[in-house]
Amino acid sequence: MRQVYLDYSATTPVKKEVLDEMLPYFTEKFGNPSSLYGIGLNAKSDLSQARAKVAKLIGADEREIYFTSCGTEADNWAVIGTARAKKSKGNHIITSKIEHHALLHTCEYLEKEGFKVTYLDVDEKGRISLEELENAITDETILISIMFVNNEIGTIQPIKEIGEIAKKHKIWFHTDAVQALGNVPIDVRELGIDMMSMSAHKIYGPKGVGALYVKKGVVIPSFMNGGAQENKRRAGTENMAGIIGFAKAAELAGENLELHRKKISELRDYFAKELTTRLEDVDINGDMEHRHPGNINLTFNYAEGEALLLYMDARGIAASTGSACSSASFTPSHVLRAIGLPLEKVYSSIRFTIGDFTTKEDVDYAIEEIVKIVEKLRGFSAFNKERTW
Amino acid sequence: MAMYNDKVMEHFMNPHNAGTMENPDAVGSYGSPVCGDMMEISLKIEDNVIVDAKFKTFGCGSAIASSSVATEMIKGKTLEAALELTNKNFIDELGGLPGPKIHCSVLAEQAVKKAIYDYASKNGLELEGLKGFDPNAEEDDHHHQVEEE
Repeated sequence: MRQVYLDYSATTPVKKEVLDEMLPYFTEKFGNPSSLYGIGLNAKSDLSQARAKVAKLIGADEREIYFTSCGTEADNWAVIGTARAKKSKGNHIITSKIEHHALLHTCEYLEKEGFKVTYLDVDEKGRISLEELENAITDETILISIMFVNNEIGTIQPIKEIGEIAKKHKIWFHTDAVQALGNVPIDVRELGIDMMSMSAHKIYGPKGVGALYVKKGVVIPSFMNGGAQENKRRAGTENMAGIIGFAKAAELAGENLELHRKKISELRDYFAKELTTRLEDVDINGDMEHRHPGNINLTFNYAEGEALLLYMDARGIAASTGSACSSASFTPSHVLRAIGLPLEKVYSSIRFTIGDFTTKEDVDYAIEEIVKIVEKLRGFSAFNKERTW
Repeated sequence: MAMYNDKVMEHFMNPHNAGTMENPDAVGSYGSPVCGDMMEISLKIEDNVIVDAKFKTFGCGSAIASSSVATEMIKGKTLEAALELTNKNFIDELGGLPGPKIHCSVLAEQAVKKAIYDYASKNGLELEGLKGFDPNAEEDDHHHQVEEE
């Protein structure tokens, strides 16, 4: 049976070129970059080159890249680090209701310590209002953290405009760019970003490595205490193979960015058009104008999400749902709720993400199978056009 | 590592008694947006025996599989015997459900009871198994009850 992976926002396979560069760092190039002899010094030099490659993808200076263990660590560090660094200035953070849990749960953690957090609403397309953002700013505000691209609906925020507002009010601006990296052009200088979270495994690099961009002049305390690695700002022996893989993935992402965007957005548009025309009552969630090129989030009204996913899995198709009964928590997607979807639509929504290895044949197969699956589930659903909750 | 056992998957992928029924003698539906499942069970009843049962369910794998076994198990049973079936019987028949999915089987039990209640009300029947049954009980009450167990 054909296996069709349509969940590139969850994670990506490591590209062959990436793996090839990584492998020697497990064996012959095993040196510790802190050591003062041959293989250690070589590792130190390779680490510096890797840092430069990641920096190049986002228009940063190599000294502004700090490697972490994942995107979640970068989010935690940026937000908690700012809270600690700016405690004397104020205790107010502005973020949005549709952030990743890495951000939301970090903010909730700080709220328990007495920090105040404003969670901005988003419109039906998932974009924040710049006016509401500016109105939320107080003398106490120390950080604006708004994600670049949403992981569920793919909506791209007006990052440049947010950067301008942050600069005008002299507030640090952090963005979680885990889904944006390698999928939308990013120039941290042009966009006015002070801190930015990244992850390797979303751009065909390995899991277990991420980075935080921290603009020169922005100083936050260490999150990990220990040795003098990462310019004394993130202790712990460097994950050399991971970092080398991240750098290669970043290099490839930079070289292929336009081609990658064009290819996956064409397949995505075709996929969405076929499903919305061949099936009745399928809604597109999010914003087709400002969107991740490979993301589509669809509501298959009257068919339930987990049932859809498991039927798709049985036909070799992998996608995801942020909803409901799929986990022990019974928590419906906070993102879909924030864009105003009623619960029954949230329960019927699926995220698909197309990536570099997706072919037209894959997409055609997925369309055929999904049409059959949706028709079957709707055939014995308690709901239909005439009857909903 | 599958989420459900083979028996649950079989009832979920190829559910028995799924779909609509012409001129049912009784219909019961149960569910809520909070939990995300809705079940409707239709019955054909002759001489107080359930001769046919169909379901229509909007819900997860566990909800669909529970609907399938519930309709299968009540067929051929008297109304009183069907009322004695609980969600535990459905879970046993399925060979177990993951913890967070137990509540879906409660929905099936409630939908069956509501359908029989519907029949009993229309036909002036007094059934021992319906004593104390509240057809308007909030689904959430059951949800919480199960979570606390």
